[in-house]
Amino acid sequence: MSSQENLLVVSSSPHLHSRDDITVAMRDVLIALAPALLVAVYFFRLPAVIVIVSCVAGAYLAELACLRIMKKERIPGEYSAVVTGLLLAFCLPPTLPAWMAALGSIFAVVIAKHLFGGLGCNIFNPALIGRAFLLASFPVAMTTWVTPIDGLTTASPLGMLKEATGRQLPSIADLFLGNVSGSLGETSALALLIGGLYLLYRGHIDWRIPGSYLGTVFVLTSIIAAVKGLGPDYPLFHMFAGGLFLGAFFMATDWVTSPITKTGRIIFGVGAGILVVLIRLKGAYPEGVCYSILLMNVVTPLIDRYTKARVFGGVKSHA
Amino acid sequence: MRKASFKGGIHPHGYKELTSGKAAVPAHVPDRVYIPLSQHIGAPCSALVLAGDKVKKGQKIGEGKGFVTAPIHASVSGTVAGIELKEHPGGSFVPCVVIENDGKDEWAETVKPNKAPAGLDSQELRKIIFEAGIVGMGGATFPSHVKYSPVEGKKAEVVILNGIECEPYLTSDHRLMVEKPERIVAGLRYIMRSVCCGRGIIAVEDNKMDAVSLLEKAVAGEGGITVQVLKEKYPQGSEKQLIYACTGKQVPVGGLPLDVGVIVNNVGTAVAVAEAVEYGIPLIERYVTLSGSGISEPANYLVRIGTLFKDLIDQSGGYAGEIEKIIAGGLMMGKTVFSDEVPVVKGSSGIVIIRDEAKRKFKEVNCVRCAKCVDACPIFLEPTTLVKLAKLRAWDEAEQLNVTSCIECGSCVYGCPAHIPLVQYIRRVKQAVLAAKAKDKK
Repeated sequence: MSSQENLLVVSSSPHLHSRDDITVAMRDVLIALAPALLVAVYFFRLPAVIVIVSCVAGAYLAELACLRIMKKERIPGEYSAVVTGLLLAFCLPPTLPAWMAALGSIFAVVIAKHLFGGLGCNIFNPALIGRAFLLASFPVAMTTWVTPIDGLTTASPLGMLKEATGRQLPSIADLFLGNVSGSLGETSALALLIGGLYLLYRGHIDWRIPGSYLGTVFVLTSIIAAVKGLGPDYPLFHMFAGGLFLGAFFMATDWVTSPITKTGRIIFGVGAGILVVLIRLKGAYPEGVCYSILLMNVVTPLIDRYTKARVFGGVKSHA
Repeated sequence: MRKASFKGGIHPHGYKELTSGKAAVPAHVPDRVYIPLSQHIGAPCSALVLAGDKVKKGQKIGEGKGFVTAPIHASVSGTVAGIELKEHPGGSFVPCVVIENDGKDEWAETVKPNKAPAGLDSQELRKIIFEAGIVGMGGATFPSHVKYSPVEGKKAEVVILNGIECEPYLTSDHRLMVEKPERIVAGLRYIMRSVCCGRGIIAVEDNKMDAVSLLEKAVAGEGGITVQVLKEKYPQGSEKQLIYACTGKQVPVGGLPLDVGVIVNNVGTAVAVAEAVEYGIPLIERYVTLSGSGISEPANYLVRIGTLFKDLIDQSGGYAGEIEKIIAGGLMMGKTVFSDEVPVVKGSSGIVIIRDEAKRKFKEVNCVRCAKCVDACPIFLEPTTLVKLAKLRAWDEAEQLNVTSCIECGSCVYGCPAHIPLVQYIRRVKQAVLAAKAKDKK
């Protein structure tokens, strides 16, 4: 063993590493998205499959192309582009043409991720940038909703609420299970909750962001319901309709674009929660999850800067 | 009752079942021991013996200048073969007194029991502890008599014995607590008397409940001493985290435990103190765990200081397969050595041998800001921010973010999904910050 070809490794401590690395984390995110994926395919059938496949393929090929053009090494088994593609697909209408879906995910990976420096360097959540880009470019296709199973054109639950057309709103139970119109992966709060709890259990996300985000929306809409006498279903409707659960567990918790301090995560969640309610009630759009998170992404560096923890046994450190 | 602990930290797999049930057996005393002349923090010793001298077990063979030092003693009887440079588990080459063992194990005349150990006062106790060469046996190897010496304006209110042993694989303290609980309590009494303090705590993690019940039996009827069970978490055994868990107090940045009225010692140190005070035996042997994926028969040994790692490895059936690393200490904070011809020293709590597994080699990639390092840091630093500053060589900014408070526990690296060796970067920053400070002083 002291022979030349078999020298001992001398390295800096520690000498033990958890098995969870980026590859494992991305695999776990895919596992966590599986329930919502199954629900999406069940309710929205073939169109949903086409959108999902287009997004994932677009994102993955764009990732490979970027790495090649930029002469970067690929991390073996690294699925973050697949996750981006899948997340984007989840916040698109099931009837969106395949080429639009693919274009959105290519935009997400190339512009929002790689032009900012690639893995770990992006300021905005790439999937949400992809959605914002598509919404700005194809406003009609991006707001055409269909009913589950039958695929008949309808309004989204939040759209119905906003326009107050007097149409029968979907029941809380249908919203929770996902038997409503909407973006293909966002409709089932239950499936997303299962995935979110799995990520919490695996330690990949912190409860602070989804907790403060959902909590803020719930508290604010409860206050509004109490003031306006809208009844106890009103806050629940806001919780389960639209993309709040998808955003809270899978978008706002994105490692790269959310704060690294514990206090910062709570500020991030509360801020995003306030923005959602503001956009839904006062903005032009019926839904505000996407923009609420993107806007909080902008202030993440600022939040990190002003929420540094006090060092053990010390006075408040310099900001 | 919720068990006390600290904030942050990680839960690595302990691998302790490999050796926790194995009683420490006296290791074979080798034909030659290599006793380093520096086994402590402070002034290194000069040899008091020359090649050809006859020495006896327990005889003082090295002595340092000044107050912060600890003498070195022969761990076997025999003939001095010379002074040789040898790799020290700390990583550098250190002069070692090489003794040819004559196999007689004759005690030096200086080693004799104290007739009335109960009557010794604090100063006498500190002198005995100094003469016995006792240092912190948890790994820091700070000379104990210095730690026990009174400091103007500060009073020790409680002595905490550290029986946490949060490093994976290591069970030497665990075995000591199971096998010699009475000696630990006796040693704690002497330490308490030497620092003139009436309260003692023996802190044990809740993964060693067998030791807890034996220690509780041993402290029954001993006023002022309690056993405190803490939650299993790494780095629970870190001094500052331990004090926080036991007392709720935070040692100030740059301060010492005594600033919050606490003195912390390893349980092994307490046993060494009891041996020295009652029987006059200096620190010449200790419990060592030999474990890891790369050793055939993991075991606990009672080892003479100066025994080479190689000798112990041979006793444990040799290596199991191709070896990647030999770690002096634990997996989290231990240092890798570059050969197995390294002597066991006063601070050697364990030797962990890791088998070569090609699939475990990873490359560092970009930080993905997952903040696992931030959540794990028991000092509440932002390791990832410090690493980014290190890459920019922004030493001043890193200093403002308290980089020098880092205890290098490795919790940040353990969970890093990007395989960034954060501690390695942080060590580099600390080095630069301390160098700049030293320059400013000049």
